[in-house]
Amino acid sequence: MKLDSKIPAGPVNEKWDLHKNCIKLVSPANKRKYTIIIVGTGLAGASAAASLGELGYNVKAYFIHDTSRRAHSIAAQGGINAAKNYPNDGDTIWRLFVDTVKGGDFRAREANVYRLAQVSGAIIDQCVAQGVPFAREYGGLLANRSFGGAQVSRTFYARGQTGQQLLLGAYSAMMRQVDAGRVKLFPRREMLDLVVVNGKARGIITRNLINGDIEGHEAHAVLLCTGGYGNVYYLSTNAKNSNATAVWRCYKRGAAFSNPCFTQIHPTCIPQSGDYQSKLTLMSESLRNDGRVWAPKNKGDKRPPNEIPEDERDYYLERKYPSYGNLAPRDISSRSAKEVCDEGRGVGDTGFAVYLDFRDAIDRLGKEVIRQRYGNLFDMYQRITDENPYEVPMRIYPAVHYTMGGLWVDYNLMSTIPGLYVLGEANFSDHGANRLGASALMQGLADGYFVIPYTLGDYLASTELPKVATEDDAFNEATDNISQMTEKLLGINGDKTVLQFHRELGKIMWDNVGMARTKRSLELAIKQIKILREEFWQNLKLIGSDQELNKDLEYAGRLADYFELGELMAQDALLRKESCGGHFRKEYQTGDGEALRNDKEFAYVAAWEYKGEGKKPKLHKESLKFEAVKLAQRSYK
Amino acid sequence: MKLNLRIWRQKGPNDRGSFKNYTVEANEHMSFLEMLDFLNEDLIVKGEEPVEFDSDCREGICGSCGMVIDGVAHGPWQGAATCQVHMRHYREGETITIEPFRAKGFPVIKDLVVDRSAFDRIMIAGGYISVNTGAPPDGNTIPIPQDKAERAMDFAACIGCGACVAACPNSSASLFTGAKIAQFALLPQGETERKRRARRMIDQMEKEGFGDCSNYAECEAVCPKEISIEAIARMRREYLKAVF
Ligand SMILES: Cc1cc2nc3c(=O)[nH]c(=O)nc-3n(C[C@H](O)[C@H](O)[C@H](O)COP(=O)(O)OP(=O)(O)OC[C@H]3O[C@@H](n4cnc5c(N)ncnc54)[C@H](O)[C@@H]3O)c2cc1C
Ligand code: FES
Repeated sequence: MKLDSKIPAGPVNEKWDLHKNCIKLVSPANKRKYTIIIVGTGLAGASAAASLGELGYNVKAYFIHDTSRRAHSIAAQGGINAAKNYPNDGDTIWRLFVDTVKGGDFRAREANVYRLAQVSGAIIDQCVAQGVPFAREYGGLLANRSFGGAQVSRTFYARGQTGQQLLLGAYSAMMRQVDAGRVKLFPRREMLDLVVVNGKARGIITRNLINGDIEGHEAHAVLLCTGGYGNVYYLSTNAKNSNATAVWRCYKRGAAFSNPCFTQIHPTCIPQSGDYQSKLTLMSESLRNDGRVWAPKNKGDKRPPNEIPEDERDYYLERKYPSYGNLAPRDISSRSAKEVCDEGRGVGDTGFAVYLDFRDAIDRLGKEVIRQRYGNLFDMYQRITDENPYEVPMRIYPAVHYTMGGLWVDYNLMSTIPGLYVLGEANFSDHGANRLGASALMQGLADGYFVIPYTLGDYLASTELPKVATEDDAFNEATDNISQMTEKLLGINGDKTVLQFHRELGKIMWDNVGMARTKRSLELAIKQIKILREEFWQNLKLIGSDQELNKDLEYAGRLADYFELGELMAQDALLRKESCGGHFRKEYQTGDGEALRNDKEFAYVAAWEYKGEGKKPKLHKESLKFEAVKLAQRSYK
Repeated sequence: MKLNLRIWRQKGPNDRGSFKNYTVEANEHMSFLEMLDFLNEDLIVKGEEPVEFDSDCREGICGSCGMVIDGVAHGPWQGAATCQVHMRHYREGETITIEPFRAKGFPVIKDLVVDRSAFDRIMIAGGYISVNTGAPPDGNTIPIPQDKAERAMDFAACIGCGACVAACPNSSASLFTGAKIAQFALLPQGETERKRRARRMIDQMEKEGFGDCSNYAECEAVCPKEISIEAIARMRREYLKAVF
């Protein structure tokens, strides 16, 4: 395997335009002769399907949900970034680019990040034209807010439902293409394998989730837009159906997996309350614009928060990071909360929570203003916890939220398998070791609306793609593999449920491959995962058959992949002997407990190549060059 | 707390289906769906088929979940989807009846899982603004008064769960369809196609076998996003303008 990032020559701010100038084009009459498979129709997939349909390609879209509008993107709350500089507060494309490279702790490709910043403005224009009801000022112009640690206001939003509105925009654009006959939808289909013919991605195998049929589908290229793998931790803010199966099976077919250990733990989630819990709920980061984070100064202080006097409170983010304060980036805020709780200063029944307090903001601005800004979030909090955040500070704790790692892609978003493209959270490309708030929505839509329509054509126009049929050997082989795996899962007949196994795996991952990692914890995780995986294959209990709707069977297949992915995450974390962004190795920190990067040895993208069942995967390195932004230690003090 | 559950079990679209009784030992902090997860764990261990239901976000935004709880779509708590209902609202020994959303337009697939693809087809008929990806005008070219944008957002908040249909004595999809038509009718971007949109979406709604609206307003009462039936009035106005 050779990694060729295909970064165009030229200064960083001209690369994309230069590249577009020399990209090959598919003539309008020929486009409809190409069939493109899109797997996953969240922001990335739906925007790609709409754009490619408009260009005239013949698009087939597959997804797990009953309708595309339910993809996990729907749950994004806070907003989407764009360097529009509408508020006149000094924002530029360059600044958004620099913030994103720095925020990613210098582990992303400069060229990709620049392009992302460059197309960000057009995304907003596109969404407005689609009828997305963004928040507006009294004068009728678009409103912006500052979000997730940015010092300019560049975040566009639609109440606390930005992801929903952007996804509905992309969904409606895609539905228009369905109406036009250029996009065909395949709902309730789960991709279980990639079909590679003569070294190129030429199709997929899906399971029809209603009747269990295993179906082959052929195409000239495959676009994977299947989202992130945070659910490997069991508890996360991801939706229940978010999974790693599509990317993992592609990895096993030869697509390199990059930086699997880079996961983002979001600082403001509602803490876990019991073992039965099925997921964690995010409280939008925008709350940190007005809420102050604190914990008691004294260990084991069990007094109700409002009885703890001012001088016995530790506003630890404001104390440690005076210039960013409560808006310090996610990785830093999360780790600080963990430290406070590990010291025994955590609050609530479990001791794994800190306060997010609106008392001062309510005194300063009045309850009404706070209600206008965060009313729906306060209601949501109260519904879940039965506590009133206008009167008692919220309790929050970090939770797994996003995965920066994903399949390796070149500048054109193509994986190491020719013809297999990866878009959105499923790829590794733009966020390095830590993603900034409101940048995932931006990336998903950038990939789908403004990158893939150009780069896909270049491949199709320059590649020989002889006809394939679903009767071919490659399809049969893949189908057989899947049937065998299903049979094996259903035949185990043990006595532990999928959920029990997933909870146990999640605990191993959270304790050992979570917010703070050590050589010891990672080695332990690898050992424990192996043992649990063996038990899984001997003691799993499933009910029902594969010829019907069987959600437990779907779940079991996904969990089987998580075991393998979890191990690779731990291996990747073990090898990366530095701390950067969301990857914090306790052995590598500065005197005052900040992440200590090692640019000399680790300024690279890790890309893992699958070498077969039971064999050690092979590490490839794509070294990262920083020409436009100078390598420097992040400082939010 | 110990609860009695009467749950609708149906093996497939052609099975007649019936209620079955279960008991579950729930805890007040659980969400309603976590209570069902818990029941399913128990059933699997005992070798019985788990109850199938759709869910995904479990925070009231994706619209996947949806069941009729004690006769009310999404249960008796206003402004909440099934996944947002918490067990602290129930008392020891209570009996809870759980059924799928029932409507001609929503055939049952299995147990509590129904086919809501009719909603997608209504959207395909016209739930969009025809702009290609490319270079649309700058987002600030057309100002939209804040109150109008907010009103559009009220209607855009629909999560497509189908509770409105399940609650309506006529199984009408008017609130769902009206919400989209109203959103676009309020925005300048939606102006050009407003007639075609209203005509096509409403025609499709009828084709799917959803009934007419007779102003029962049951839909508004169960809508997890509390979308007002003003959407339906707006839809009617749009339709009249479109056909006359
Ligand atoms: C609670 C929450 C809030 C967030 N808020 C923000 C925010 O404010 N701003 C921001 O920028 N980002 C936010 N994010 C992150 C952002 O929402 C996601 O990163 C982004 O939406 C991912 O989009 P996607 O298109 O890549 O994937 P998704 O939206 O996850 O879509 C995945 C698609 O793939 C399909 N799929 C998956 N596996 C398969 C398979 N095997 N076969 C077939 N189909 C499959 C699914 O059905 C779905 O259609 C938030 C995330 C969470 C969890
Ligand atoms: S599961 Fe998403 S709305 Fe209930």
